[in-house]
Amino acid sequence: MSYAAWIILTASLVGLSCGLIGVFLILRKMAMMSDAISHTVLLGIVCAYLVTKEVSGPAMLVGAILAGLLTAFLVQWLHSLDIQQEASIGIVFTTLFAIGVILIATSVGNAHLDVQHALMGEITFIPWNTTVLPLIGSVPKATVLLAFVFVVALIVIIAFYKEWKLTSFDPALAASLGIPVLFMHYVFMTLVSITTVASFDAVGAIMVVAMLITPASSAYLWTDRLSVMLLLSCAFGVISAVIGYFIALWLDTSISGSMAFATGILFLISFIFSPKHGILAKYVRPTKAY
Amino acid sequence: MEDEVVLSVENLSASYRKNIVLHDIQFNVRGGTLIGIVGPNGAGKSTLIKTLLEMHPRLTGSVQFFGTSFKKAKKKIGYVPQRGSVDWDFPTNALDVVMMGLYGQIGWLKRPSRKHKRKACEALEKMGMEAYADRQISQLSGGQQQRVFLARALVQEADLYFMDEPLAGVDAQTERAIMQTLKELKTNGKTVLVVHHDLQTVEDYFDHVLLLNRTVIDYGPTARVFTKENISKTYGGQLRWMKEESRHVVHSVE
Repeated sequence: MSYAAWIILTASLVGLSCGLIGVFLILRKMAMMSDAISHTVLLGIVCAYLVTKEVSGPAMLVGAILAGLLTAFLVQWLHSLDIQQEASIGIVFTTLFAIGVILIATSVGNAHLDVQHALMGEITFIPWNTTVLPLIGSVPKATVLLAFVFVVALIVIIAFYKEWKLTSFDPALAASLGIPVLFMHYVFMTLVSITTVASFDAVGAIMVVAMLITPASSAYLWTDRLSVMLLLSCAFGVISAVIGYFIALWLDTSISGSMAFATGILFLISFIFSPKHGILAKYVRPTKAY
Repeated sequence: MEDEVVLSVENLSASYRKNIVLHDIQFNVRGGTLIGIVGPNGAGKSTLIKTLLEMHPRLTGSVQFFGTSFKKAKKKIGYVPQRGSVDWDFPTNALDVVMMGLYGQIGWLKRPSRKHKRKACEALEKMGMEAYADRQISQLSGGQQQRVFLARALVQEADLYFMDEPLAGVDAQTERAIMQTLKELKTNGKTVLVVHHDLQTVEDYFDHVLLLNRTVIDYGPTARVFTKENISKTYGGQLRWMKEESRHVVHSVE
């Protein structure tokens, strides 16, 4: 495959996995948790590097999961001590991120890891860093990792679909039916962590937030069904990735930046033209029909 | 089921944000009763239900359902949260919300079958909501949303129900439909505890009353417990007694 094809495929996988996870982030009103985790996984990656002395997929995944869970746990803990949810998120992720930055500067400082790369990502270089898979041949490492994470996330979401729906809509009823709400919260945080770390190489910590939240928010405007929202969100993620690639090509600029820009454009279009919740529709049909 | 103790609470206390909101709670509930939990704002009515159902930690005391622990009796217990506790913009429809009441029975890794769907439809029909099964939940009125919640409780086929303000902000027609359903549940030997805010209707709706203000002020048959003295004790004298001593009323629920 050509370099362009690998880049588009990788970007599309980012769109797919982020679109899938993003829907539940929005519905659970945890959009800002993704911002927090996208930063704290840096600490996880740095720690994984310090332990294994290499930047490898599995070690990074484990590091990210631990960092993501630590973030979720600390936020929950501070919140239980009467600190506002938003404030606890702000305190926890900036502190953990700062530790990551200090570690990079003091202990790791070499070509493998740098803050610039972690924040912005560089999808352009992904096709150069390959591994050989049986039957398929030479494949970029980041693409393999993303495909793996997407499959895991998809299986977990589909297998426990009704439980995800119920714990998102009405956690009190879920708890009274005996569904382990808190445990599922941490499982979900794990999914957010692995999705974030897998997308990290491609789009970086900041753009991954755009890919997680914006396609899902756009999808929310188009439908009243959760299953359709999931499909639309994934579709919007992929469309943004592809459009973003060509915008970057056309303007000769950052691919990850263009992808995030494309998600914004899609959201704007949805916000104006969506037949159900768009602002145009509100003018045409001013009252709700009961 | 009738006359058997279905819920026994001993020496229960709970705190919320470092303040003790419930203390020395003690009462027994017999099967086949319809109980109104009445008290001022901040009396701990919702917290009491949440603490009983282990959604809120308890500091002291013990709770027994059907003579056993909550975990073992879970399947016999139904819960209707406050309508405002969920996001009604969630992308789902009325039938789907009712179906959620069955998720415990359906079990992990399984999808709802046709049988479950039929059950949910029947419950909607019972609440007069069958025409709205496919309606997005944000497009329902407050009363209709509450009826969907009640239908969801019905499909659970529990023996003991806890309902948090099911009559708050609903239209007269919905109030009648809900009370009709509650009385039917009682006739079938079920027990229902309802957090209620409208003092005017307590005598018409409930055969037992639990007056609550941080602790149980009094509990028992409505005729004995729901007296002027007890009410002003519960509300701390802030409340002006508006009801006439004797009046000829048309009962809103027949």
